[in-house]
Amino acid sequence: MLARVLIRPKEGILDPQGKAVERALPTLGFEGVGDVRVGRMVELEIDDESRLPELCEKLLANPLIEDFEIESVE
Amino acid sequence: MKFGVLRFPGSCDEVDAAHACERIGDAEIIWHGDESIGDVDAIVIPGGFSYGDYLRVGSIARFAPAMEAVARFAQEGGPVLGICNGFQVLCEAGMLPGALLPNRSLRFLCRQVGIEVVDAGSAWTRACEPGEVLSIPVKHTTGCFFAPPEQLEAIEASGQVAFRYAPGENPNGSVNDIAGVRNEAGNVVGLMPHPEHAVDELTGSVDGLRLFESAALALA
Repeated sequence: MLARVLIRPKEGILDPQGKAVERALPTLGFEGVGDVRVGRMVELEIDDESRLPELCEKLLANPLIEDFEIESVE
Repeated sequence: MKFGVLRFPGSCDEVDAAHACERIGDAEIIWHGDESIGDVDAIVIPGGFSYGDYLRVGSIARFAPAMEAVARFAQEGGPVLGICNGFQVLCEAGMLPGALLPNRSLRFLCRQVGIEVVDAGSAWTRACEPGEVLSIPVKHTTGCFFAPPEQLEAIEASGQVAFRYAPGENPNGSVNDIAGVRNEAGNVVGLMPHPEHAVDELTGSVDGLRLFESAALALA
């Protein structure tokens, strides 16, 4: 199956990338935008989807600092 | 004694690290794909950008065949030092507690800092006095040490903080000013500053030598 994994900084973890984007937006005229968080998205083809959570915990995300969410695409 | 210095694709401080080791003993560079680390007495995982720092800094390097040998070596009590990217690799491998986040400033940093030796009992700090401040450079973008509150408490309570930035010198926003930590046994140490760049008066400080001297003491 094709799966999509969304990885984002855990709640409360400082996200300097998100902060930088947030600060840049008003200078481009985009007012009223807050709480910007920057994460990453990984798409992969996997035969045995039951192994996905383990794969995410062991490599795709660092559970100390990141949360992940698995979305099956098809 | 003989130091082994790992080299990953993207490492850039392995030559300096080997030079620093050679001031104390012999040094051999070990390729990441080697399954054996040979007959070395201590291991240094140097700075750089192992595997291009893809995915997360240090996250891919821990799967290198040489790292499996290093993990076994550490489990048997062998001294292992991770510097900068090497520290990130050891955290990702679970051989040290915590994680490294991007600097609070979001900027690359390169400067001399004072770091206080908090624990002088580890394999890489025993040539130092507790409370002594070493002058050592930092150069990194992802050096903000972080541990969730519970883990942080445990690190502090068990004396696993090896180095702290001197008051007012925390360059990256690290929690509790932590510059380096050790494992529970004290044979594995990681830090963001670069002791291998502080081994000659020419570059302003020789304080970094103390870490390499410590490893020799630990093995004596």
